[in-house]
Amino acid sequence: MGLSPRPDPNVVSWQPASQEGFITTSLDFIVNWGRANSLWPMPFGTACCAIEFMATAASKFDLARFGMERMSFSPRQSDLLICAGRVPFKLAPVLRRIWQQMPQPKWAISMGACASSGGMFDNYAVVQGIDTIIPVDVYVPGCPPRPEGLIYGIMMLQEKIKRERMADPTLRREMEPDPTSQLYIPASRIDELSEPFGNSVHQTRSAP
Amino acid sequence: MTAPSIKMAGHAAPNAPAPATPRNLPRTGGVENPSAQALADRFPGAVLRREVIWGDTNVHIVPARARELVQWLHDDPSQQYEYLVDVTAVEHRSGGPLEVVWHLRSIAFRRFLRLKATLDKTQPLVVPSVWPVYKGADWLERECYDMFGIRFEGHPDLRRILMWEQYKEGFPLRKDFPLRGRFSRSEQLTQALSANPEAHYSMGELRIADAFDDLPAEMKVRLGHGEVTGE
Repeated sequence: MGLSPRPDPNVVSWQPASQEGFITTSLDFIVNWGRANSLWPMPFGTACCAIEFMATAASKFDLARFGMERMSFSPRQSDLLICAGRVPFKLAPVLRRIWQQMPQPKWAISMGACASSGGMFDNYAVVQGIDTIIPVDVYVPGCPPRPEGLIYGIMMLQEKIKRERMADPTLRREMEPDPTSQLYIPASRIDELSEPFGNSVHQTRSAP
Repeated sequence: MTAPSIKMAGHAAPNAPAPATPRNLPRTGGVENPSAQALADRFPGAVLRREVIWGDTNVHIVPARARELVQWLHDDPSQQYEYLVDVTAVEHRSGGPLEVVWHLRSIAFRRFLRLKATLDKTQPLVVPSVWPVYKGADWLERECYDMFGIRFEGHPDLRRILMWEQYKEGFPLRKDFPLRGRFSRSEQLTQALSANPEAHYSMGELRIADAFDDLPAEMKVRLGHGEVTGE
């Protein structure tokens, strides 16, 4: 006898027999639950951290457990940028363009000491932290971080995503497309270009 | 009828010494590369001095004649320096000299030769390019120019290779260059972000020019307007 265990608030359970085929929850919860558990990472590996990232994605540590088995090597079909390694100044405009090319919602993890702060490369050639170029959600320390460290960072990001609220836009700022930018392509043109596979421009909260 | 003799690249000559790992080398002295003596005999005015350091032979030459000497080392059948290992430079501390260094290897005779040319830092840093002899010198000399500011006369496309082309802070491996660069971090970042990431490739570099006639007509028109990629 005794009390039945409290239901886990992070788990959606569905029992057709007892609940007659429907569930009720908040829209924030179900959207964030879906987003947090199906991130598509885009690895931006420039140095030794990328080796640890590969180990994280491979069978022993198995990033697929977190819904990330689908590595995206195109920024257009990804929503998590993992910057693994030092970024020289020559790569700074490339990293920023890749970030701009990712559809929203999108998040960034800065993996390792060099990406987070420049690390030991306090010299003329290396960006002192990628947060001077793009917004970063989670910093993973280490030189390089072990796969456990990266996985811990990813789980922290998932926690962050699960706490997002539509009513509170401060947790993640949506970037409005700038029609005066050189990179701007109207949504209709993207639709035309991306047939038949579709594109994510219509899947953001801010897109019309 | 004798079979035609075919010269195989990368094969040693029959009379070349057997490959051996050098052991117990003295810091100076030892067996000199015979090419150094041959070079001094052939170009008496261009060879300043010769020395053997850790078993390798250094030949100090007059900078303006580098191309001529390297051409002879490459072409002469008794030398056959077919492989340019590296072109680099060394700047010594405390106002010391700036040296351009060429590493040459003769695969046929299993010889290694290092040429050094000392440049006067009060004068413009100019040496002849060895690109007409070794096409592989292209990027090596560009890197040397990028890091030290040494101009290679006769190089077909001398511009920066590691730093971006608009880089304004100077030449990073010079001794008077501060480790963190000359500009503030924010200025460095602003300048780096203002670079166009696609501007690093010229038409010639991508070799689109070679295939230009085979391209579709509309792509020819677009490239004619100066477009670099299809984005």
